[in-house]
Amino acid sequence: MIPIRINGSEQSVDAEPRRTLLDALRHDLGLTGAKKACDMGNCGACTVHLDGRAVYSCLVLAVDCAGREVTTIEGLAAGSNEGSLHPLQRAFIEADAFQCGYCTPGQIMSLKALFDRTPRPSDEDIERALSGNLCRCGAYQHILKAARLVRDQ
Amino acid sequence: MTTRLEGPDKVTGKAVYSSDVRLPGQLYAKILRSPHPHAKVLRIDTSRAEALAGVRAVVSAMNGPDISWHDDTRLLDSTVRYVGDEVAALAADSEEIAQDALRLIEVEYLPLAFDVARGKAGDSKVQERGNVLTGLREADVTVEETYTTGTALHNALESHGCTAVWDGGELTLYESTQGIFAVRDEVAEKLGLPKDQVRVITPHMGGGFGAKQIAWKHSVIAALLAKRAGRPVQLMLDRTEENLASGSRNATRQHVRIGAKRDGTLTAIDARIEFQSGAYKVGGEDSDLTGTYMTLYRCENVRAEQTSMKTNAGASVAFRGPGYVEANFALESAMDELARKLGMDPIDLRLRNYAVRDQSEDKPYTSPQSLRRCIERVAEVFDWKRKRKGIGFAAHDWLAGGGWPPATVEVTLRAGRAEVLVGVQDIGTGPRTALAQIAAAELGIPLDAVDVRLGDTKPGLYGPTSSGSTTLATIGPALAEAARKAKKTGHGRAERGENPKDKTIRTCGAQCAEVEVDLETGEVTVLRVVAAHDCGRIINPLLVASQVIGGVTQGIGFALCEERVMDERLGESLNANLEEYKVATVRDIREIVNATESMPDLEANALGTKGIGEPPIIPTAAAIANAIFDATGVRIRDLPITRDKLLNELNQGQTTFSDNGARNKRGLSLIPGS
Repeated sequence: MIPIRINGSEQSVDAEPRRTLLDALRHDLGLTGAKKACDMGNCGACTVHLDGRAVYSCLVLAVDCAGREVTTIEGLAAGSNEGSLHPLQRAFIEADAFQCGYCTPGQIMSLKALFDRTPRPSDEDIERALSGNLCRCGAYQHILKAARLVRDQ
Repeated sequence: MTTRLEGPDKVTGKAVYSSDVRLPGQLYAKILRSPHPHAKVLRIDTSRAEALAGVRAVVSAMNGPDISWHDDTRLLDSTVRYVGDEVAALAADSEEIAQDALRLIEVEYLPLAFDVARGKAGDSKVQERGNVLTGLREADVTVEETYTTGTALHNALESHGCTAVWDGGELTLYESTQGIFAVRDEVAEKLGLPKDQVRVITPHMGGGFGAKQIAWKHSVIAALLAKRAGRPVQLMLDRTEENLASGSRNATRQHVRIGAKRDGTLTAIDARIEFQSGAYKVGGEDSDLTGTYMTLYRCENVRAEQTSMKTNAGASVAFRGPGYVEANFALESAMDELARKLGMDPIDLRLRNYAVRDQSEDKPYTSPQSLRRCIERVAEVFDWKRKRKGIGFAAHDWLAGGGWPPATVEVTLRAGRAEVLVGVQDIGTGPRTALAQIAAAELGIPLDAVDVRLGDTKPGLYGPTSSGSTTLATIGPALAEAARKAKKTGHGRAERGENPKDKTIRTCGAQCAEVEVDLETGEVTVLRVVAAHDCGRIINPLLVASQVIGGVTQGIGFALCEERVMDERLGESLNANLEEYKVATVRDIREIVNATESMPDLEANALGTKGIGEPPIIPTAAAIANAIFDATGVRIRDLPITRDKLLNELNQGQTTFSDNGARNKRGLSLIPGS
């Protein structure tokens, strides 16, 4: 059993050594917010935080997370009603920063890692933080707008 | 501004997509695919795979039911026709076990001759009016050039896939689709079930762009495996499969001749077109490249002929603005070349020639001046008249967007709330929100008192496939009528009425692009794109802005970096992944200005609304190519406009590094952007 602290609570995962963190989240822990879109570290839809840093969870093995802290999109908002959304989540809705929404959890987690480290990032910082997250619907301009809304508020 | 009703679900990870479905006892399926571009399957031995612990069901050409598929082939055929063709499939307790088991299946192939370059001529289609030879003779100035476009892949971030579960003789598919009824009907037919014994559910789906408007083999395979195993089966394609076997925008070669009088009046348009259709004709996808040649400009002598070319590659299927995107690049590049030859402003040339009537059907348009309005609007917002280097223009039309019957809508009022029941699906374009707005306005109740239920065939209210940019204009008018009835009696049901018989509904628009080209590296930066489109009355400006920005963003990718690269000798794709198939990233986008205005088209339908899903991608590539010419004096007639092509032209006559490699003529190999 692999002990992992996930979204603030201690969990243990029974997974074979080759299981990725992404599959452990999606299959063993019922957390399907992080998406499997390429499974080879190209698209960023599976982005979560590992010890506070944004990682592609499809490139991390679950066994390597023993004793570490993982935060997923499900752990971002404290509660379930809209009033308790994280400012980034509210800004994504306000700016219409998604269409199909499949890449959205990854986009938000990449930005959250940036804002945790750099509360007032430059436009360049924002673009760099998002450069590993593809959005096939092409919502980039609205995603950038959402990030700036949070920065400038 | 009204934001998406599903927004909170999508930003918290709560929205459930097909890949997120988790049912008790659910298995995971994988498909074994052909490594050969063309081969006979001589023998399949699945015994070792079946013996692996955790494997619950296996199907192959050897033991599968005999189900016919497109072009008189079988679901699992004894001949494979492209790298990625389905050979066998299995379901296991986990994805990992399924992957292990695939490697244990032994297949003996007899390789056959193949062609992934040009292909074999298949269906042809000709549209003609007047006489182009007469028209060309009357011309003072002519342009004759060949334009080519590459194979683009949809690459929706959620791959094709579904979860299949049986309850007795009834099948439920949680399917990532643009057409719940299309999938229901096709899967029922293939399995020999009555339609009402198949239910398709799509609460959310992670993008489709045209490739998910039909039933693909995976849905039937998942159903067969689920039946055999007696357990739910999830079958999601992986990214490689998605790039090989789930559709593409066909590569094209278009030989175009245009003639005009000295004052710019067009006298002839002639296009001879070949497009690659892949190994199968999968239905619902026919790319009509002839359409825009016949309709965009007023011209008496027009001929457009297209021939589909069969190749040993994955099937082509509709991709956002199918046919129009590819043809628009050629036609609008040629129009730009004509303007240069005439010494005319490219926009003035369009304003002289835009069509106000549907010349193919010989009927007026419901909005005859909307293209002029879009052209003038975009020129103004872009400040076209201000002289600077590196600007380009393109106009477009689109045959659909007006919607059509059939569709049925129900509205029920209960305790101050309204329930809207429709049979469409939300592919990310936002119909939940736009439909709720229409209902709220008709009923005079707040938006948050409206619940829109969609994405389920069970209620039996037919809704159209999300294709042709038709959802809003199909459902909207019927919904308004149902809501009016419900206001009186508490419940209203309405059918979508007929469109006007004596007029043609179309959508159209125009875009300007401004680019910067690095002459040392060939790097193109799209500094600014301004887009104005006619989508009739705008219901939700935010959703329209997202469609415009998204379409232009995809258009930038199509123009500059997206291309499936095939190795002609091996007959296989070299970039079947998101690392080397280059979709636009956040770094490729500078400024996209949505200048679309609301222009209610009340002749089209009572709401005056039309679609906006597809149009914004259509003119982007031509506008960029024309801007690159304006910046550099170099005309690239082959999409995507990669750095190697641009450098070769910029340094013509000199040796450049890419002369060492294969030239990227259509069909030859070169990693895009490398």
